Amino acid sequence: MLECKDLQIEFDRKSVLKGVSLVFPERKISAIIGPSGCGKSTLLRAFNRMHDLTRGAKVTGSVSLNGQEIYGPGQDAVLIRRRIGMVFQKPNPFPTLSIFDNAISGLRLSGVRNQAHLKEAAEQALTDAALWDEVKDRLKSNPTTLSGGQQQRLCIARALAVNPEVLLMDEPCSALDPIATAKIEELMFRLRERLTVIIVTHNMQQAARASDRTAFLWMGELVEAGETEMIFTSPKKSMTEDYITGRFG
Amino acid sequence: MARPFDAELRDLKFGLLAMAGQVEEMLHLTQQSLIERSNHKAQRVSQLDPLVDEAELRLDQACIDLLALRAPFATDLRFIASSLKLVPELERIGDHCCNIARRALILNPQPPVLQSDDLQRLGEATEAMVHQAVDAFINGSGDMARAVIAADDKVDALYLHIYTELLRSMLADPLCIERSSHLIIVIKNWERIADVAANIAEEVLFILEGVNVKHPYLQASAKP
Amino acid sequence: MNRTHLARKLYGRAMEAVCLLASLIAVVPLFAFLWHLVAKGASSLSLSLFTQLPMPPGELGGGLLNSILGSLLVVGCATAAGIPVGIGAAIFMTEFASPSVTSALRFACDVLSGIPSIVMGLLAYQVVVVPMHHFSAASGSVALAFIMLPVVVITTQEMLYLVPHSLREAGHALGIPTWRIASSITLRAAAPGVLTGMILSVSRIAGETAPMLFTAFGNPYLSLDPKSPIATLPHMIFNYAISPYDDWHRLAWGGALILVIGILGATLLSRFILWWHQRSLNS
Repeated sequence: MLECKDLQIEFDRKSVLKGVSLVFPERKISAIIGPSGCGKSTLLRAFNRMHDLTRGAKVTGSVSLNGQEIYGPGQDAVLIRRRIGMVFQKPNPFPTLSIFDNAISGLRLSGVRNQAHLKEAAEQALTDAALWDEVKDRLKSNPTTLSGGQQQRLCIARALAVNPEVLLMDEPCSALDPIATAKIEELMFRLRERLTVIIVTHNMQQAARASDRTAFLWMGELVEAGETEMIFTSPKKSMTEDYITGRFG
Repeated sequence: MARPFDAELRDLKFGLLAMAGQVEEMLHLTQQSLIERSNHKAQRVSQLDPLVDEAELRLDQACIDLLALRAPFATDLRFIASSLKLVPELERIGDHCCNIARRALILNPQPPVLQSDDLQRLGEATEAMVHQAVDAFINGSGDMARAVIAADDKVDALYLHIYTELLRSMLADPLCIERSSHLIIVIKNWERIADVAANIAEEVLFILEGVNVKHPYLQASAKP
Repeated sequence: MNRTHLARKLYGRAMEAVCLLASLIAVVPLFAFLWHLVAKGASSLSLSLFTQLPMPPGELGGGLLNSILGSLLVVGCATAAGIPVGIGAAIFMTEFASPSVTSALRFACDVLSGIPSIVMGLLAYQVVVVPMHHFSAASGSVALAFIMLPVVVITTQEMLYLVPHSLREAGHALGIPTWRIASSITLRAAAPGVLTGMILSVSRIAGETAPMLFTAFGNPYLSLDPKSPIATLPHMIFNYAISPYDDWHRLAWGGALILVIGILGATLLSRFILWWHQRSLNS
């Protein structure tokens, strides 16, 4: 279970996230929605310490995975990121590596040498990402020969190969067509059986279709969070109602 | 931010109100046809029914279209989903009015069975319930809706009272059995109309508050 | 209306002609010289040029074996030192350093790359020749490494900048250590450009003459000892060209042709690498 308490994030002294507290239950898909610039991606990136890589970023508050504080002293960001994986908006497979090498890049570049283990991990990850059948005959080819949807599934396979407990997805379907989007949503449902998924999306219909819980962020603050069906049929806050019915944002 | 969808929702609401208005007129004419023993008014009721049927078809389609094309959420969704239920309920009130009007044509030339004005009070109470349910919808008043739901018990009691009266009359005087049996059908239809009015009030509460108050005996053990 | 239109058209054409003329002035003499070089040098191209040592003055024949091997040794050692250090510095600047440190280092490299090669030779003289008390191949390599270093740093850094940030992000998100991301992902993605930069910097230092005058110093005999003076090709061309012997002039033209062919080959190789990489991405 991933939890954040009173999370505040500043970039060069400018406050972007103003004290957000949320719980993301285990083995559920949680969606974070809100208008552009409300801080959803910033919130997501705090969960795998990606802000450590941004100069001028300051993160205060607590983020804990199964009770363990990930910003605690002595916590290695690199190890945290192996437990909390991330998939980005635009598919970004490594262009100089083959499909097979991409799938196990997280393992190999972290020091895993056993060839048999890597082969097994690649097949498992690509199967979990619903891509194995489509690429098993061309594992050595370049990932740029794949379609956008396939590339994104390759990125998901790559993230899964490292065996994370949580998968963060930052608008994973924005660059994809509806059929590719549907494949990825279907994939998310299956992934839910073994890990926690947190997805940031600006697509209301996707949040309604694909998530169990939804949190609505506005201007860096949490407005409302709850079961997805409650949020979309009877939200408690009028701001939530106005946003999801398209009256603003 | 005004959405084109808002105009479509307004049109749906006005359609529902127009249909409710026609149904209320049918109700009033039905009540009057019994009290004034007016066959003319009874016939008028049957003439108004096709308009209500046409409205049902039109509004049903409008709701389906909005669901398909606008992917509504929250209040919009509750409103459209409830409208899909409200439309046939209003049409059913119209049908019950027609049933009562047909019996009125038979009963009006004959002498009355009951001495009291209970029948009139039953009609008035039912009319009031339907009117208040529609008002609750127009004004968005949860309290009004709750009042309608509470009033159903009184109408049920009144119906039972008149029914017992009619049974006694039939036992006392076999010559009025035919008239009494028509009247039983009339009061049954009134009671049904009152039930529908209570249903309408429950839908209004769902639209306004997102709470489903139907079947309270199940709700207690249902999930929160 | 028609007349201004015509005037504008004519003016445009005239400007075109002027630019064409400028291009011809720039390019034609070069080609003319190359033609001349080929004509003069081709006659001395033979197996003996590559296999024989120079003859004493007055005697005919001989070759450039010692200076060809000498150039290979000196340039090779300079490359072995300069490339890893240069790439390492560039990686540090793009992947690890803060913006202020990076811009300071970049400024330093920009300045260093503008310093005349003879000054670099002087630096190598101070640092290597003086303490050793004699000229050496090693000092020549040091001088060339100094010249090559800023060029390698700058081109590698530019190529690393071109790698999209999304690749690094993907690497970080997988929990790969930063140094590994830099070497196995970023550098690999920038490899064609970096390789090209390396080839071009090597071909540049291969032709440096001024620093060799007082570091490697030249050697009429075949010597591959890093602690001794050594002959390099550009230096030999200089010596032979200013000599009074026709035979040595012939050798000088031959050497010049070898150098130019080498540099041309390096440029074509770098183009080929870029083309091949582009093709393998698209297939």
